Amino acid sequence: MTLHDRLLALDRRWVFAVLTLFVITPLFIKFSVPVTPVKEVREIYDFIEGLKPGDYILLSLDYDPGSLAELHPVAYAMLEQCFAKRLKVITLTLSQTGAQMVEEAVKDVADSCKLYHGFTPERGIDYVYLGYKPYPGLIILGMGMNFRIPFPQDYYGTTLDSIPMMRGIKNYDNVKAVINLSAGNVSDYWVADGNARYGVKLALAMTGVMAADYYPYYQSRQIFGIIGGMKGAAEYEKLCKNPGTAAEAMKIQVFAHVVIIIFIIIGNLAYFLGRRKTAPTQESR
Amino acid sequence: MKRQIPLVLVFTFGVLLAIQYFVPSEPSQRGYEFVLDWITIIGIFAMVLGIWSQIHVGYYKIKHRSEDWQYSVVTLVSMFAMILFGLSFFGGLHGTIFRLIYNNVFIPIQATIFSLLAFYIASASYRAFRARSAVSTVLLVAALLLMLRVIPTGPLADPINQIGSWMLLVPNLAAKRAILIGVGMGGVATALKIVLGIERSYLGKD
Amino acid sequence: MEQTVSMGTILWTTVGVFLTLCMFSFLYKDNPFYKFAEHLVVGVSVGYWAILLYYNGVNPNLFSHLFVFTNDPTTGAEFNSWKPKFDEIYYIIPALLGIAMWTRFSRKYSWISRYPLALYLGISSGIAIPVTMKNNVLSQLRGTVVGLGFDWSTSGFLGVPQGIWDIVVVIGTISSLIYFFFSKEHKGAWGGAAKLGIYTLMIGFGATFGYTVMARISLLIYRIQYVRDWWKMIF
Repeated sequence: MTLHDRLLALDRRWVFAVLTLFVITPLFIKFSVPVTPVKEVREIYDFIEGLKPGDYILLSLDYDPGSLAELHPVAYAMLEQCFAKRLKVITLTLSQTGAQMVEEAVKDVADSCKLYHGFTPERGIDYVYLGYKPYPGLIILGMGMNFRIPFPQDYYGTTLDSIPMMRGIKNYDNVKAVINLSAGNVSDYWVADGNARYGVKLALAMTGVMAADYYPYYQSRQIFGIIGGMKGAAEYEKLCKNPGTAAEAMKIQVFAHVVIIIFIIIGNLAYFLGRRKTAPTQESR
Repeated sequence: MKRQIPLVLVFTFGVLLAIQYFVPSEPSQRGYEFVLDWITIIGIFAMVLGIWSQIHVGYYKIKHRSEDWQYSVVTLVSMFAMILFGLSFFGGLHGTIFRLIYNNVFIPIQATIFSLLAFYIASASYRAFRARSAVSTVLLVAALLLMLRVIPTGPLADPINQIGSWMLLVPNLAAKRAILIGVGMGGVATALKIVLGIERSYLGKD
Repeated sequence: MEQTVSMGTILWTTVGVFLTLCMFSFLYKDNPFYKFAEHLVVGVSVGYWAILLYYNGVNPNLFSHLFVFTNDPTTGAEFNSWKPKFDEIYYIIPALLGIAMWTRFSRKYSWISRYPLALYLGISSGIAIPVTMKNNVLSQLRGTVVGLGFDWSTSGFLGVPQGIWDIVVVIGTISSLIYFFFSKEHKGAWGGAAKLGIYTLMIGFGATFGYTVMARISLLIYRIQYVRDWWKMIF
């Protein structure tokens, strides 16, 4: 058995083992990765920075535990930025299994503000968590008419009219922008039903898998910014001067990417060596 | 009555709602609000079907002692336990045990299920991501360049970032836009077929 | 500052780590630990969803219109008392239509479920037609022609005027659309355009793959950090 045959027949568990090694090793090495925020991330940050205290912003945190790794860092950094700017933050989730996780994230950030900004944003005064509803398209359309149609009450069962910060707040006309953190097709609904139907000023933070697909909307200015995956999250953390889990994760990303690129190169080398040795027109396997 | 009324309903509401978009008058807005409110409620009831289906599948497997039926017991027990701890007696959504199970059982497992994909994408990179033809070579090179953006490459970092941005905003934009337009046309055609009663598979057989 | 961690937190986190390792064990081969965790998560997620649907769906969107109930928003204790109210009794109609969906499982009465289903499909299709046309087609065409500045004075990638790259976007979009058009045989100039389209598409898919690698690794990193944090908590 030649070298390339062995390489081609390599048990995939060896690949798994090498990847594990490369992901664990950076945890024990102290170094930092330079992160340069790109324009589409910076635009979201600048927009929020440009808002005045008391302005309303809606954060639709539509992700579940499966994509928590990529979107939680953005949620934490953005929520803290909004609270520090003393914005009124309306939060909700359209992900069926993310409701509790999102509630805890909002509460965590609000509680931590005391430590970092000297005040604690109050539920009902500075922020509201509307909770979860199924059928994202219908809910986004409903909120465009009146938040009370899909959300007569918030997550805690309080009617919207009894929440001080929601009095007089009817629909998207009352919020400066919607930022959607999404791990699925909820982003499509926000673009179609939020932006195309009601002209909502919209920006998206999304998982890496989705990011490349949304650039047409960015170019056509249907959305004003994109935060794509862990890299985007680390860039946003950097802009907020709030390095968190994304910044640390980028260290590990470097190692993991190196090993995957090596895998691709070795796989291709073995493939070409094998092809040359057998027949020039036939594939080795 | 069993087939004609649904077809009339689809047509009537489809046409009305499509026209409503262009007629933002007060009565039309009110009707639209009503429709959105009611359809959400109908939809919520429809979701119960999913839960019932899960119970039904589990029960069937246990009853017939199908392969790995024991695991269906795990599914049903954990489901009913979660429902039990979520009752208002235990504090509903804010109940301690309900929250603990969500944080320490649900989140770890669901997050790990998706993290397994990291290993499979590594394996796929090694075993399947080959430059077999000119077309696949273009795909491979594009992917590699995007991946290199993550790695600090010293003096090469700036050009690699520029190539990455160019790729996303020029060829990637063109490709994804063509797909979006295609999907959009297809979506509109499908919706029209449903409204006009050409697509009737939702009626089932009779 | 040294933080004390309660025994309960340690125990529950240990459960989380154990279940994480159960899932990872699948990488070696399928095994009972993996199957257990896999089936457990299905049950827990359906149970969680059922409760969430009740408290965040049925209760506020339907019951709040049909009943008066006291609740305490600060403690979260809901439904201390129920009283029917009749000023919005018409909300019974969507409820009945929703319940009609359940006849789907009956052979004899499943035709009843067609009514709410038809209503749902009619409404969603009617809403989708103009919105999808605007969002996916018109806005994208506008973005391709009007949205691109065709700016010849600004230098873009490789020092080439941005206007050139804008033309490349237009050509790339049209050629990719041609690739998807199968009603005409891909031959001659048409075939050449389709070929350009497939190369453009491949760059797009390559970009998605590159991002996907990062996305999947991110999820793994999060799990590794979780286990690492547990380790630090214990030892």
